[in-house]
Amino acid sequence: MAFLDRAARSLFLTELVGGLALTLRYMFKPKVTLNYPYEKGPISSRFRGEHVLRRYANGEERCIACKLCEAVCPALAITIEAEPRDDGSRRTTRYDIDMTKCIYCGLCQEACPVDAVVMGPNFEFSTENREELFYNKQKLLANGDRWEAEIAQNLAAEAPYR
Amino acid sequence: MAEFFSGFLLPLIIIVLKILAITVPLLVAVAFMTYAERKIMGAMQLRQGPAIVGPFGLLQPFADGLKLFAKEQILPEGANRVVFYIAPMITFFLALVAWAVIPFDYGVVLSNINVGVLYLFAISSLGVYGIVMAGWASNSRYAFLGALRSAAQMVSYEVSMGLIIISVLLCVGSLNLTEIVRAQETIWFAIPLFPMFIMFFISALAETNRSPFDLPEGESELVAGFMVEYSSAPFALFFLGEYANMILMSAMTTILFLGGWLSPLPFAPFTWIPGVVWFALKIALCLFTFVWVRATMPRYRYDQLMRLGWKVFLPFSLFWVVLTAGVLVTFGWLPK
Amino acid sequence: MIIQGIAFYVFAALLVASGVMVISARNPVHSVLYLILAFFQAAGLCLLMGAEFVAMILVIVYVGAVAVLFLFVVMMLDINFRELRQGAMEVLPLGALIGLILLAELAAVLGGWIVAPGVDKLAAAPTPAIDAVSNTEALGRLMYTQYVYLFQACGIVLLIAMIGAIVLTLRHRAGVRKQNVGAQIARHRDDVVVIRKVTTGEGV
Repeated sequence: MAFLDRAARSLFLTELVGGLALTLRYMFKPKVTLNYPYEKGPISSRFRGEHVLRRYANGEERCIACKLCEAVCPALAITIEAEPRDDGSRRTTRYDIDMTKCIYCGLCQEACPVDAVVMGPNFEFSTENREELFYNKQKLLANGDRWEAEIAQNLAAEAPYR
Repeated sequence: MAEFFSGFLLPLIIIVLKILAITVPLLVAVAFMTYAERKIMGAMQLRQGPAIVGPFGLLQPFADGLKLFAKEQILPEGANRVVFYIAPMITFFLALVAWAVIPFDYGVVLSNINVGVLYLFAISSLGVYGIVMAGWASNSRYAFLGALRSAAQMVSYEVSMGLIIISVLLCVGSLNLTEIVRAQETIWFAIPLFPMFIMFFISALAETNRSPFDLPEGESELVAGFMVEYSSAPFALFFLGEYANMILMSAMTTILFLGGWLSPLPFAPFTWIPGVVWFALKIALCLFTFVWVRATMPRYRYDQLMRLGWKVFLPFSLFWVVLTAGVLVTFGWLPK
Repeated sequence: MIIQGIAFYVFAALLVASGVMVISARNPVHSVLYLILAFFQAAGLCLLMGAEFVAMILVIVYVGAVAVLFLFVVMMLDINFRELRQGAMEVLPLGALIGLILLAELAAVLGGWIVAPGVDKLAAAPTPAIDAVSNTEALGRLMYTQYVYLFQACGIVLLIAMIGAIVLTLRHRAGVRKQNVGAQIARHRDDVVVIRKVTTGEGV
């Protein structure tokens, strides 16, 4: 009987028909991919994307040039130079992040005592040449202004766990 | 002068117009076939498929074509220039020229020749030359291996295909394609010759080098097989030829087994729809199955492919020819 | 009619030209390609005569199968044809003789039509008119009635040749592992997998 069963199975191509039926069934299932540039997947509030430098609400930059981020950066991607300003406060004159070196570990964000350097939710910052990825202070501050709303929201969402 | 016009020039113009009326829709069908393939395979793999260019990505094939023709043409070092450029032209030309005898409806055919089936069979057996010449002229090992595989594979499957066609012809008594379709007015041959129908379709997969028999292309081990050295317009010609061949094979399956332009049921609401539409729908069904099989089956190993062709299909189709002839003679059903 | 005439001369000229190229091309693969072109021209000539069945069979059998195998072999062989041709001068007289005999025979056959105009009426089976019966049917009638024994004999000769080729090339080698698809498919989980409870520290 087993022989007959097997012969009938191979004669009627049951395996092939079964496989075809499976793919046909899958054809009518909902798709799992997104139409990317127009649809995007959800991003965690802990997402580590492009760096920003933030400001206080009065427009004063947060960074106090403590250089903790520069010290902790395992990829040596951050370069900071600082001088006292005319009003006596200590501020950076240069704050560069080499995004080609950065490994997006998030240690700079953890090290910062004033939440100045934060990794924002933006992951679409590819450029057409290398030089554009050497971020300076101006670019980072501009990023901060651009993403402030989302970053503030993310920080508030993460605050209970810190 | 008037005689020259009415006796020679006018028929020539009419023929050229007829050829254009077949070729242009065919090329558009090829373009949308590539789109449909990507969309259907995408759906079966839970993906979206092309969706950016135009509404639902409908203009994607034209974007691809434009991209291909804008690319750089490369002639490999040591390649045989003439054969290298002739090969894709042959593939493309053969895929188009076969459509001369395909009847789209009763009487709607460019050339209603007596040996239509043989003509189609001859043209499809010539398809191997485009591939072999491409593989040889490229002066590349991958291309050459692909060409050798393709030559052996297509010759093998032609044998069983020929026998399957013979068992159909036994039931018709004519080599004319229109007669073959008209012989199916009572019942489509797909029903009494069901095993032959399946085998013909599988042989058609092998004959067009489609998955699961796409060893000549074999992108996982031969990179792209016989067309590895091709780029730009010659590559596009191969691509067009391959898909036009798929449509041709679907048309052959439709004519031989699915009753050509005949409506599925011979009464009112079905017979209102013109035969061309039924013909196109049946071809579309076959093409969908081509894609469906590609999305389902993994590639055959080469020895398995040969085993299937020679040790399974050949004896079985030979047996079926004898069986068909026997049944027809015994019951006196032989066509006059 | 004029167009037919033009077509005939085009086919005939190309046939002769490609025939010459077959034997004079330096590259053997080119020779085979020219041979295929010659087959096509011959098929075209058959079509002009109204012998469409023969034309299609010529293309299917010779171009579609035989020439593919030629091409297959020639592409893979690494033959130095210049060396092969070096001995050609010694057998040239013999070849020329055979060629002459064939030419004389052709001349005799074709000349017969001119010398005795009624000779084609003597053919064992008269050629039916093209419009009365399709040439597929005419060929079939002739082959399966009048020449059925010769036809079957041809079949048997081919069968013997095929068996001979298989016998000559079939080798049984010891120690070759072959795939038995039937056995692989017939394998069942219960036959090959045993699940045991293994107590710790004791092993199986």
